[in-house]
Amino acid sequence: MQADLTVILPEIVISVYALAALLLVAYTGKDKMAGMLVWLTAGLFLLMALWIGATGNGTHTAFGGMFNDDGFARFAKVTILLSAAAVLVLGREYMQRRDILRFEYPILIALSAVGMMVMVSAGDLMALYMGLELQSLALYVVASLRRDSAKSTEAGLKYFVLGALSSGLLLYGASLTYGYAGTTLFSGIIAAAEGQAPIGLLIGLVLVISGLAFKISAVPFHMWTPDVYEGSPTPITAFFATAPKMAAMALFARVVHDAFGGVVGDWQQVLAALSLLSMFLGAVAAIGQTDIKRLMAYSSIAHMGYALMGLASGTVFGVQAMLIYMAIYVTMNIGTFAFILSMERDGQPVTDIRSLNMYAKAQPGRALAMLILLFSLAGVPPLLGFFGKLYVLRAAYEGGLAWLAVAGVVASVIGAFYYLRIVFYMYFGEEGEALETGRSPVQWAFLMASAAIMLVGIINMFGVEAIAQAAAATLVN
Amino acid sequence: MIGLEHYLTVAAALFVIGIFGLFLNRKNVIILLMSIELILLSVNINFVAFSSFLGDLVGQVFTLFVLTVAAAEAAIGLAILVCFFRNRGTIAVEDVNVMKG
Repeated sequence: MQADLTVILPEIVISVYALAALLLVAYTGKDKMAGMLVWLTAGLFLLMALWIGATGNGTHTAFGGMFNDDGFARFAKVTILLSAAAVLVLGREYMQRRDILRFEYPILIALSAVGMMVMVSAGDLMALYMGLELQSLALYVVASLRRDSAKSTEAGLKYFVLGALSSGLLLYGASLTYGYAGTTLFSGIIAAAEGQAPIGLLIGLVLVISGLAFKISAVPFHMWTPDVYEGSPTPITAFFATAPKMAAMALFARVVHDAFGGVVGDWQQVLAALSLLSMFLGAVAAIGQTDIKRLMAYSSIAHMGYALMGLASGTVFGVQAMLIYMAIYVTMNIGTFAFILSMERDGQPVTDIRSLNMYAKAQPGRALAMLILLFSLAGVPPLLGFFGKLYVLRAAYEGGLAWLAVAGVVASVIGAFYYLRIVFYMYFGEEGEALETGRSPVQWAFLMASAAIMLVGIINMFGVEAIAQAAAATLVN
Repeated sequence: MIGLEHYLTVAAALFVIGIFGLFLNRKNVIILLMSIELILLSVNINFVAFSSFLGDLVGQVFTLFVLTVAAAEAAIGLAILVCFFRNRGTIAVEDVNVMKG
């Protein structure tokens, strides 16, 4: 028991912090303390990420195999916590100025972070479900954080209904898996699926995959993404685009390898199809968009397609490629959203990309950083985004999915169009009413840092490559 | 004699009714919440039936977790719905359309 608790200590610390902070703030300053709470939560996330990253070693399981602490989980947790901390700090000023910095916000983010940490460590269908729901329930609420806006509440409502449907699909799959495997432990399921898996188990697998595909917004389960991204307040959109995606993707990898690693051939085709559809729909549907938040939604759908491509290869290298891709994706998105948060006119947020006309003239530094990020998102060499794509393409090719790799290249060429359109507006657009110069030094710092990472990272990826390799090795065996 | 397959059939029927309720319903968001509840409860029937069939308690433990989460989910859904109603003055599904998609 003592040993079990030691394994989940980081989760316990964040949960206790969230509950204590909730009580404290509810009885004292309420929303006046929200600013301080944001810093505190971000600091705690940073501390936990350092702790998990620095002290974690080996593989530990707790509660009879329900909870795993291995290299893979630690990689995902560090990424989740760092990106959540970054997004909290990034959005603080934006929310404060628009009077939506409520004290619930950092607490809900902390609770959803706990959910995500449980998700990536899950070794049992029950732990998977509880982690997923803790994360989702907190996110439904933050999506409608701006209570007096029709858009924000509608985003929350849509997210809730479709999210609940996906949980239902996943649960139905879990119940069939339980029935045909006789256990909810991943280690038991993999033993039951050895060789020829019973048909009920395969139906369960497909339903679980559909439920998870909803959470990572892979086509054909992507309908909620553009509306939720557009309707939610921008800092919250930034959060949706980073940490939960990493968590759901890691959970996806864990389910297909830990629980269904014996029947790779059965899920490989499903994942390849999801990946293909996501890449193309993400690339094509974004072309007509003028709202930059909707555009980023389609961009994230396409990126999930690429990450799934790594996973679909079914190899250790594929998981490594997926982890590297997701880490790069999260870094790029934080920078891009730092830019989007700074887009405003007369104190009001602007999300129309045509408002960026001749932005480069007024703000050459920011425009250049955004140019680098957009090129990186599009996968233009020699930026870091290109190497992420190279990894997943190589994984797909080596995993025997050469057709998928070719399709990925085609989709990335189509997708480059809409990223380049933003660049066109910034550098060659018509003179129009200019955007205000961003005021926040924090947003500037994140934008510049993210762009710098895209350039400098190509030297050695800051060692992420080797860490991801070790992490992937602990998952696939 | 009522066997496992009967329970599974009932659960599958409820599940499908729930899914159809979500997609075909054009009237009221409350009906969406009821459909979601139906889906979760059909899963519970599945779990309990399998649990009894396998002689394994884990399925019933899972059911308790699902029930708890379903309650929390309904609470959050209704809370969001109340906020939505305050802004729009309607809870018809057709009116959830400020954003196209």
